[in-house]
Amino acid sequence: RRGRPARPKEPGFSAAAGPPANLQPAPPPPGAAPLCRPRNLAVNSAQPSAVAMGTVAIYSLFIINKSGGLIYYKDYGSAGRMDTNDSLRLASLWHSMHAISQQLSPTTGCTGIDLLQAHNFDLHCFQSLTGTKFFVVCETGAQNMEILLKTIYELYTEFVLKNPFYEMEMPIRCELFDLNLAQVIQKDRVALLGR
Amino acid sequence: MQFFGGSSLTSVAPESSPAPAAPPGTGTGSNAQVIYVFNRNGVCLLYREWHRPLRTLARNQDQKLMFGLLFSLRSFTAKIDPTSTEHANLGAPLLPGQGCSFHSFKTNTYKLNYMESPSGIKLILLTHPRTGDQRDALKHIYSLYVEYVVKNPLYAPGSPIKSSHAK
Repeated sequence: RRGRPARPKEPGFSAAAGPPANLQPAPPPPGAAPLCRPRNLAVNSAQPSAVAMGTVAIYSLFIINKSGGLIYYKDYGSAGRMDTNDSLRLASLWHSMHAISQQLSPTTGCTGIDLLQAHNFDLHCFQSLTGTKFFVVCETGAQNMEILLKTIYELYTEFVLKNPFYEMEMPIRCELFDLNLAQVIQKDRVALLGR
Repeated sequence: MQFFGGSSLTSVAPESSPAPAAPPGTGTGSNAQVIYVFNRNGVCLLYREWHRPLRTLARNQDQKLMFGLLFSLRSFTAKIDPTSTEHANLGAPLLPGQGCSFHSFKTNTYKLNYMESPSGIKLILLTHPRTGDQRDALKHIYSLYVEYVVKNPLYAPGSPIKSSHAK
């Protein structure tokens, strides 16, 4: 399957115990050409303390299409590196397990796993009515992840589905979606770490 | 002798070896709906249901599916763990303590609570979705298992538990 170009990590998202040594440089000046994707978003004044605290709101985001194929993956600070093939396999595995969990339900009306709690992380999943699944890996006990997932779903409908050049069930390569998603995640992070 | 044959033990059990004290607030089983206990080879040692309106599959199939799901979920959590720098390959067999393991997952109709002992004994409790953390309850069940099943000289490891002293 096609490899993806490596994307630099978002600024300030260090791993839980890592030293703040990988701060991204300042964003490009406002007069930069509009075609270049601003990968380094605005660094706000709360940034240094957030980095010093070393906490991360979410670790990664996956979006899976209705057949189980991965269409979007973004890593925000996992300690280990995961290559494309691994993320594809994990997404398909999650899709299957989501389906199997419905079969094992002791009562009717099960719609699959919403929350998986592990020792080191939590995984929140949201499935839309069309079968597209959005799941985030976050730290244990993170609050308001359902709201975040719904917001990401709204961004998906706005910037991906309404994009006339986007083919259904294909990997998402929409700039506006990336931009807005990064803003939402950044805001979520600031809200979490600003306390 | 009292653990085989499935005979009722209500008169015998309380006088036998003292059970470890139940942690407060675990309930009397009114929350629990189904319990599975597997050993490390996938043999279902115990299956009890208190409240199960829907049975999608035959008993054997259901147990195999449950075991398979848990096996895959453990591989999944070990691999996707964001706090560990080194991941085994997906699908590589994992020892009981190896890699990040999960303790519960929740759907809209049920919550599955899971505990794996160092010897590979897996305890699964299906409860109402709004149940709290059941890890203490599972530890208690495991201690009962150790007390009444493992220490029973007539129990052959790997065979289904026929005792009706289960919770």
